[in-house]
Amino acid sequence: MSHHIVEVKNLRHVYPDGTIAIIDVSFRITHGESVAIIGANGAGKSTLLQHLNGCLEPTGGDILIGDTPLSKSTLPDIRRTVGMLFQNPDDQLFMPTVFDDVAFGPLNLGLTVEHIEKRVADALDLVGAGHLRDKPPYHLSGGEKKRVAIATVLAMSPDILVMDEPTSGLDPFARRQLMNLLRGFHHTKIFTSHDLDMVLELCGRTIILHEGLIMADAPTAEIFRNEELLSACRLEKPLSMQGCPLCRQTPST
Amino acid sequence: MISINAAIIDLKRLELLAGRYSPIHVLDARVKVLVTLVFIVSVVSFGRYELVRLLPFFIFPAVMIPLANLPTLYLARKIALLSPFVLMVGLFNPVFDRNALYQFGQLGISGGWISLASLLIRSLLTVGAAFILVGTTGFTSVCQAVERLGIPRIFAVQLLFLHRYIFVLADETGTAARARELRSCGKRGLGVVSFGSQMGHLLLRTWQRAERIHTAMLARGFVGEFHSHRQSRFGVSELCFLLGWLSLFIALRYYDIPGALGEFVTGTAP
Repeated sequence: MSHHIVEVKNLRHVYPDGTIAIIDVSFRITHGESVAIIGANGAGKSTLLQHLNGCLEPTGGDILIGDTPLSKSTLPDIRRTVGMLFQNPDDQLFMPTVFDDVAFGPLNLGLTVEHIEKRVADALDLVGAGHLRDKPPYHLSGGEKKRVAIATVLAMSPDILVMDEPTSGLDPFARRQLMNLLRGFHHTKIFTSHDLDMVLELCGRTIILHEGLIMADAPTAEIFRNEELLSACRLEKPLSMQGCPLCRQTPST
Repeated sequence: MISINAAIIDLKRLELLAGRYSPIHVLDARVKVLVTLVFIVSVVSFGRYELVRLLPFFIFPAVMIPLANLPTLYLARKIALLSPFVLMVGLFNPVFDRNALYQFGQLGISGGWISLASLLIRSLLTVGAAFILVGTTGFTSVCQAVERLGIPRIFAVQLLFLHRYIFVLADETGTAARARELRSCGKRGLGVVSFGSQMGHLLLRTWQRAERIHTAMLARGFVGEFHSHRQSRFGVSELCFLLGWLSLFIALRYYDIPGALGEFVTGTAP
């Protein structure tokens, strides 16, 4: 059995106030795939992600992680398997120091204190944040916070990484650094993002979500060539595929 | 706006002090909680007119603050912030209690003034002790310690969440206050009219934020229990710390040491 497979079957989610966020969504993501879920604001991306480790309960349909259906009894195991990176690192970092924050997950997993030290050090080194271990999270810059947030997830040794807008709010250098880091991970990766250039670079497959339904599920390059589809879903081509704005302004004759 | 943000930073600083290393910081949290508890009970159990016998209790902060390497001025400022509230409580003591307790020639000092001074000293000692406890142990460890001392887990976890919620609420209040201030152009904004809806929004926003943080905690395997990576054990140093302070507090409580000292120096009974 592989833990690295995510299967969503006929997922439906209706919020208590009656808002239908997801109408009917099905897909299967296999071992080692890097998949982007893109769509306009309010398309249901974040709602979908929150189902993948049981933060939200589906109104209908099933979610399988590996061969395990997501249910109350399997939740602890699934939460270890699926590491979730939140959009706002401030929501994710809540302990007094970086070390405490990264140790939070492994301590909950029941690791002994001797193992914690190594686990935390390894996770922080992997994201290049070893020197921040004794700092309070609210004193870090945006890029540092994001990297520490990733370390908090990696410290739990997940098989699947689920990331909500990983590059949002980062400066170009920090964004590039983060993308290189993510490229090096061999986990199954699922992103949501409006950073379509990052999607183009990191994800082989893209799913377009529009008003709670899947509009397309295909290789990323193929999707970004379909301008009609993109504009119907309130999206556009990544900037790197749009050509140079200066050159376009140059008269052709 | 600035005062709210400054208050948050100040509060976070207290929490950060607990991350330092000192002979006091490494002690098991339970002994520190017990010693602080006995200290507070001893101090508040004196009669309302007691003044002189409270003074020897200052030995506790005087020893603990340098040993734990805590910033004295910072703690003094935090304690001073609370003194207006204590003064409010004891404000009318000198007005209602006019019986002269001491007489210096023509000048009589009424029981009211003595009880007010006693109240102030007690607040200094007890609030100081509480700050020393949090500054050397950290709120999370204090909660874990009270749980291990037998308080039901639900109360300990509630306390912890309350502590987290203070930061969340303060952060959101700071942001909301800044947004309001920037759009009220140096005036009072819409005053009370906007206050109600602003408070409502604040509550809802904080609620949502607290829910997101809780979700993040659940996503990392939180099941209602906080663990600490600091190993704690009840060893010889803990035993010495506990017995040393406890016997001193009990001695100070039951024996009039300042009186005995006075008698020894002057040769006459007080």
